[in-house]
Amino acid sequence: MGELLKCENLAFSYEDVDVIKNLSFTVNEGDYLCIVGENGSGKSTLTKGLLGLKSPNSGSITFENGLSRNEIGYLPQQTPAQKDFPASVFEVVLSGRLNSRGLLPFYSRADKLIAHDNIRKLGIEELMNRSYRDLSGGQQQRVLLARALCAGKRLMFLDEPVTGLDPIVTEEMYRLIEELNKNDKMTIVMVSHDIVSAVKYATHVLHLHYEKSFFGTTEEYIKSPLGKYFFS
Amino acid sequence: MIRDIAEMFQNSFMVRALIGGILVSLCASLLGVSLVLKRYSMIGDGLSHVGFGALAVASALGAAAPLHIAIPVVVASAFFLLRLSENSKIKGDAAIALISTGALAIGITAASVTGLNTDINSYLFGSIIAMDRNDVILCIVLSIIILIMFVFFYNKIFAVTFDESFARATGTKAGIYNMIIALLTALTIVVGMKMMGSMLISSLVIFPAVISMRLCSRFKTVIITSAIVSVICFVIGLMASYSYSLPTGASIVIVNMIALILAVTIGHFTMRKNKRALKKHAEKKK
Repeated sequence: MGELLKCENLAFSYEDVDVIKNLSFTVNEGDYLCIVGENGSGKSTLTKGLLGLKSPNSGSITFENGLSRNEIGYLPQQTPAQKDFPASVFEVVLSGRLNSRGLLPFYSRADKLIAHDNIRKLGIEELMNRSYRDLSGGQQQRVLLARALCAGKRLMFLDEPVTGLDPIVTEEMYRLIEELNKNDKMTIVMVSHDIVSAVKYATHVLHLHYEKSFFGTTEEYIKSPLGKYFFS
Repeated sequence: MIRDIAEMFQNSFMVRALIGGILVSLCASLLGVSLVLKRYSMIGDGLSHVGFGALAVASALGAAAPLHIAIPVVVASAFFLLRLSENSKIKGDAAIALISTGALAIGITAASVTGLNTDINSYLFGSIIAMDRNDVILCIVLSIIILIMFVFFYNKIFAVTFDESFARATGTKAGIYNMIIALLTALTIVVGMKMMGSMLISSLVIFPAVISMRLCSRFKTVIITSAIVSVICFVIGLMASYSYSLPTGASIVIVNMIALILAVTIGHFTMRKNKRALKKHAEKKK
């Protein structure tokens, strides 16, 4: 089990205000890391940094063991514009293969097979030719997860994957993610508001809390001062 | 009827208007789908007003080919507006309104100071005889470029339109595709402005996209339908304009409006059917 992602002494700031300061953590292959924290603690800034959309003011984010950006899957938060987007489920899932195409303009047979496989894996075969905009929130989230699986085999970033879902669908979503982690050995990095469920499923927790962030295993977290605040 | 149409196109200006217009409609409708879905519809509108301002100032200054001045100005504003829309701190829609009304004011002032009032009308509302040989050649070149690009970059345009942050995060250079779309939109608008008028050209970008989104549920069919609808509406509008001596741009927009009403009516029933089928499917699963 090698290291996949290593962050050292990270600092991010917006307009000279530090959002994240002196943050270090590592993600190993097979880990399920949950990043939690209050509003404004820098969760989304850190996500942008990890995805390469924003570069840190200081410190470094490095990929280890030959992990490259096109092996990373990403489940972003939905934008309002997406909710009524006229595209079939298959078109959306297939677009996850784009990063492995390089400059080639069209998808190959193999890409389409991978898309089919992931659609099957998430149990949305019957929806394949449906329009994305006609689906329910939970179904849309499954489609986006299938697309993320098409994009990345080794590491998966999930940004608030259960926002706006009802309790039953939320539980289904968490179970899916757990299966990916356990059965497919996919490394998971999830950003979440939901500390209780995060602790239930994750192996590691990163709790962003201004200067006193916590990083460690879930057991350590529950015993830590930050964890005790939520779990006692 | 057929003889009337044949007679109509014995005029060389009508042939030019037909060829140029079909090509502009085609390009505008392809770009329009992406612009409307990315919530950039107003960029088209803003750009056409900038185009008017640039054309009016260029003619007032006595430029031999005002279009050659207008093109770079509009392209530059397209990049500028795109930047503004990407920067969430400045409200993009307000910025577009500021720029478009500002450009309009400068254009009208320039034109009235130098006494170009007859041209103003055709710049603002378009004219059927406006397309000259050079415009048609420009249209042909432009539409070939846009069509090739669309086929070649289709999958990337889809990915960037559907979800820019996902595309960026997984290693697609979304910024380049945004810039290509902005550049081509700017060119289409400047070329189409002469016939459609700067007040109405953005309709060619927006109407066909909205119409086809009502009728189709897959991205590929939305794009193809948008192109077909756009060309059909243009041809009907052009012929109506000639036969009943109506203003060209306005007739084309009115035909588009009728098509939109039809599409909304049809879409209302088909979309309801789709949703119902899905609901049934979900209930069965439980």
